[in-house]
Amino acid sequence: MNALTSFPLNAWYAAAWCHEIGRELSARTICGKNVVLYRRTDGAVAALEDACWHRLLPLSLGHLRGDEVMCGYHGLVFNSAGRCSHMPAQKTINPSACVRAYPVAERHRLVWLWPGDPALADLTKIPDFQWNDGTQWVGEGGTFYQLKCNYRLVIDNLMDLTHETYVHAGSIGDEAITAAPFDVTHTGDTATMTRWMIDIEPPPFWARQLGQAGHVDRWQIVTFLAPSIVVGDVGVALTNTGAPQGDRSHGVNGAFLAAITPETETTCHYFWNFVRNYRTNDAQLTRELQLAHVNGGAGVYDQDHRVLEAQQAAIDKNPRSPFYDLNIDAGALWARRLVDRMLTDEHARMMANLAAE
Amino acid sequence: MAKPIEWFSARLHATRELTPDVRLFEIAPERPLAKATPGSHIDVLAPIDGRLRFRSYSLVGSCADGLYRIAVKRLASSQGGSLGMWRLKAGEQLTISQPRNNFELSYGRPEYLLIAGGIGITPIYTMALALNQADANFRLLYAARSRRDLAFADELASHIGERLQLFVSEEGQRIDLAGEIAQLDRRGELYVCGPFGMLDTAKRLWREGGRPAALLRYETFGNAGSLADAPFTIRIPRLGLEIDVPANRSMLEALEDAGVDMIFGCRRGECGLCVLPILEASARVDHRDVFFSSEERASNEKLCTCVSRAACGSLTVDTPDRTLTPAHSSTGPGARV
Repeated sequence: MNALTSFPLNAWYAAAWCHEIGRELSARTICGKNVVLYRRTDGAVAALEDACWHRLLPLSLGHLRGDEVMCGYHGLVFNSAGRCSHMPAQKTINPSACVRAYPVAERHRLVWLWPGDPALADLTKIPDFQWNDGTQWVGEGGTFYQLKCNYRLVIDNLMDLTHETYVHAGSIGDEAITAAPFDVTHTGDTATMTRWMIDIEPPPFWARQLGQAGHVDRWQIVTFLAPSIVVGDVGVALTNTGAPQGDRSHGVNGAFLAAITPETETTCHYFWNFVRNYRTNDAQLTRELQLAHVNGGAGVYDQDHRVLEAQQAAIDKNPRSPFYDLNIDAGALWARRLVDRMLTDEHARMMANLAAE
Repeated sequence: MAKPIEWFSARLHATRELTPDVRLFEIAPERPLAKATPGSHIDVLAPIDGRLRFRSYSLVGSCADGLYRIAVKRLASSQGGSLGMWRLKAGEQLTISQPRNNFELSYGRPEYLLIAGGIGITPIYTMALALNQADANFRLLYAARSRRDLAFADELASHIGERLQLFVSEEGQRIDLAGEIAQLDRRGELYVCGPFGMLDTAKRLWREGGRPAALLRYETFGNAGSLADAPFTIRIPRLGLEIDVPANRSMLEALEDAGVDMIFGCRRGECGLCVLPILEASARVDHRDVFFSSEERASNEKLCTCVSRAACGSLTVDTPDRTLTPAHSSTGPGARV
């Protein structure tokens, strides 16, 4: 891989929900790397390069044997560290024979994978995605695997919620969003867009969640954590009950969670969830909220995806056309700036010319 | 199916003596090449006996400053490679490959044992620094003939302290390989780089200890055996050929020079593609491959021609060539040569 990528490799990316990885071989492409994931007998997840050392057949077409993977072509066996442990028709093993093993870890109900230099894989750098733990905040999300757009288009989408007015009219969209001022701040690895809409008529979705009549103060505090996490603290509270000052007790609070993993330059895996800290034992509500987001083309995320995929298709058709920016793009632009810094650092470290792997 | 080597221009930036027999070469590629991971090597094209040949050398250190460092031991019997390298002067042009890694270090193991013998310290040195950086549980046992042969020992001691243990064989010190392997964590990895005998012993003890073969890591460039390189003769009755192998040529090279059709893969004794059956040997065969098991090597039925050779005398072998040639067939088409 010689071309510079739009995503850093030295970072943890969500690769699967924990419950998706079991005692069978699961193939994914993460940041351009073909990987095969499986769960070992001791419960730990392993991730190997999905290509046999010998003739490159995807190992995911082979078989899981205990804690090892047997290639489905000539029977070479690789252990969970990627070392060959069996070769056909010879008594020894070629010491050069191995496939890459990727660092993986399970946290916050997701499997995280480090596609870059394994020497730099530091578990303490796994993004803080605690809202997804299923304890204090409750919700059931899902994944749009192989969404047909560059991962940064999803980040753009989430960092600027004015689009709700136009894409999600009738549910969470509201003219008040475009009318309210917003504030963008950043740190070395986060960018935050904060918008308060004071004393407004709640949009239909939030009116139902609140279950009380009256005007509300609505907030959207969306934080990007470089390179691929977005957490949106959103909700409404009855107006004049002190929510902007920190008292949300007269309101309802949710959070939209996104772990957006590049698959290729023009596709990504979008792990999403919408969690809440009210009526946490209401399983019916959990199901309804999931359906509100993804519902066979009728959910709010389905609406986003039509836009995102059409946008990527247009970019592909007009590769030289620039984007123009509006003031509403400040959050997205800070997010892109943070990613660009990671890329600059990483490319400097790699000395321009990546090894033919 | 090894990838063809891509060659790049470079310049010998500087050299420095590490021991009386080991010289450090600092090589500056003309344009930045790939970053090297621990265990990587580069191939260097150097004039050896009037021809350009390549030799593989492990990289020493991380080359973060853009210089590739290799350490070359001057050996009389190294098929000419080291002497050609030692003749190079700072400022001279070189041709090198980009780094490749067949001896990759894995991270996250519960314990590591690194064993180096002599010049085998070069990849192990880089691994020790990387493991130290990663705060891993590891030890390095480093053996050499004499105290002055312990290249990099001071740098290592300053970086890894008590994780390093030195063994000087002329002072009667020996690594207790059996004992060390026995006390290694069952999921731990052993990395060995050293003389053929050391590797062979480690492989035997590892197998006898019932440990998974995949956790014993080693690399061989196939250029040192248990006997010195000496000339010998190959006889191939089927082809009516008698070929002299000079001390500084491999058997495979001599066969190719003589026009014998050969297939090969790694050319370092790993893959078993250049194997030929031995019909008769007038002297000991020095098996230097890692493809055959020790039992197979002891049976002396076949050899890896890229690395193994006869101690002297003659070696009679067969080849897979079944082309009918005039010399061997009275019925074949006479025009075929």
